[in-house]
Amino acid sequence: MPIIEARGLARTFTSHKRVVEAVRGVSLSVREGEIVGFLGPNGAGKTTTLRMLTTLLKPTAGTATVAGADLLRDPAGVRRRIGYVPQAIGQTGGGSDPNAMVTEELTLQAQLYRVPGAEIAPRTEAVARQLELSGLSGRLVKTLSGGQRRRLDIALGLVHSPALVFLDEPTTGLDPQSRSNLWDHIRGLRATLGTTIFLTTHYLDEADALCDRVLIIDNGRIVAGGAPEELKRRISGDLVTLLVNGDPGLASGVLAGQRGVRDIAIDQHTLRLTVENGEEALPGLLRALDAAALTLVSIQLARPTLDDVFLTLTGRSLREDSPAAPAAPSEPVTMAAAR
Amino acid sequence: MFFVRDTLLIFRRQLRLSLRNPAWVIIGLVQPILYLAFFGPLFATVFRNGLIKGAGNAYGYFVPGLLIQLGLFGAAFVGFTIIADWRYGVIERLRVTPVSRLAILAGRVLRDVVTLFVQAIVLVLAGVAFGLRAPLAGVLIGLAFIAVVAVSLAAVSYTVGLLTKSEDVLAPALNMVMVPLMLLSGIMLPLTLGPGWLQGIARATPFRYIIDAMREAYAGQYLNAIMVEGIAVSIGLAAVCLWLAGRVFVRQNA
Repeated sequence: MPIIEARGLARTFTSHKRVVEAVRGVSLSVREGEIVGFLGPNGAGKTTTLRMLTTLLKPTAGTATVAGADLLRDPAGVRRRIGYVPQAIGQTGGGSDPNAMVTEELTLQAQLYRVPGAEIAPRTEAVARQLELSGLSGRLVKTLSGGQRRRLDIALGLVHSPALVFLDEPTTGLDPQSRSNLWDHIRGLRATLGTTIFLTTHYLDEADALCDRVLIIDNGRIVAGGAPEELKRRISGDLVTLLVNGDPGLASGVLAGQRGVRDIAIDQHTLRLTVENGEEALPGLLRALDAAALTLVSIQLARPTLDDVFLTLTGRSLREDSPAAPAAPSEPVTMAAAR
Repeated sequence: MFFVRDTLLIFRRQLRLSLRNPAWVIIGLVQPILYLAFFGPLFATVFRNGLIKGAGNAYGYFVPGLLIQLGLFGAAFVGFTIIADWRYGVIERLRVTPVSRLAILAGRVLRDVVTLFVQAIVLVLAGVAFGLRAPLAGVLIGLAFIAVVAVSLAAVSYTVGLLTKSEDVLAPALNMVMVPLMLLSGIMLPLTLGPGWLQGIARATPFRYIIDAMREAYAGQYLNAIMVEGIAVSIGLAAVCLWLAGRVFVRQNA
């Protein structure tokens, strides 16, 4: 039984006669113990989907079952079983009150989740230790550093040991060290407690580092889903760039027939090949060139990034979010591992 | 049943934050105390010269007005705190937990009533220092009225705050409503001094009935038509405000 099962979730916002379809039919399925990421540019519908799944926003269409409770019929049941950490930037902050003390916030949270009285102190201490907040109990939240405050936000979502946690852009706005630190904590959660984690991000390295599965979302729809490596391999392919001392046309002909070579582009003496499984194909390419007595001046292998995947699917780059080409029709690409 | 427990949780949290920052509690008192000290004696002279008809002594007439002013401006502006909490993400954080959403409102309103009580007691004691003489029962009844007014106004303020989520909208909205209501409630001078049309408009506002009832209480008159009117209006006002607020706080979307 998947811990999240959503079918056709949609959300439309109407204001001042303008209709914004923030989410247009998102269906997804998450197994227990998975770390799943929603990757997409700002405005893609990540936060809106998350807020629907956590009962903060009513879907305008669609149904879902979250942690065993029906989203529309038993929102209170959903709330009891999940944790949610909002994003720290944007219109609203990450959830911690700057004027409160760290222990007060953790204790209140435990009480709100109806953690039995005797367990409150051990639970808050445990979660503080887990996120390296132990020495900070008496401090006012506004005196914490950015990284500490974000860890507190996350601690607030975990104090009741939920089986499922939603993290909205967990590391946005943090310095690289805090980010990598947080990733360790997030991985640790799944490793030690088996917590299922559903996060949103617009950072490629975060999606790569943390997620078992990535759901790429653009314009309110999921355009692809699968393990990061698999998405990169299937959708983009590796890029092999080589410089030959000789007739590039001849080289192209020799290489075109090689296994895995999907595409060749010639730019004077430089050949750019799109190859499936570049590292395995490389020896074959070299041997083919050798056999044809072509001299290879240089060769380069570039792994695709999730940005390349996004570019292939939508015609835009995640980085600049500027339209590079007319957007490709976003039809969901079903991958073997995605459901 | 969880509602009571949740309300107390929220109440204690709000109280703790208030105690850590008592400046606002004190600032809320400044305006009425200034009116008491600097306007009170002027009013008392006018009262004693018979221009204002009222049972009891001058301050017995004046202080209820000040208490309503305290309630009006104290309770009406609490909406700003919920906007601030919204910005920190605290409201969403609360809403995603199983806590009763009504308790999020009730806990805050309770804290505001307690704060107002403390301020009201200080104001009454100051009034006594200036010459207020009123029966204890009357003072207590007055406090009860203030509590009900505070509940109504705080509920509305939180509701508008949560709906607009913007200080830029809340502030003018509140001022637009509060100032005329205050002027039409006879806080400073009795409306009977005014022309018929003014009294007519005032009859449509709730606070004048409440102030009149409080003044009766301070004069030792507990059972008459004015008192009954005051009680009915204050309870009616609270019921409407709480119902509205309840609907906004409980609905699915923030």
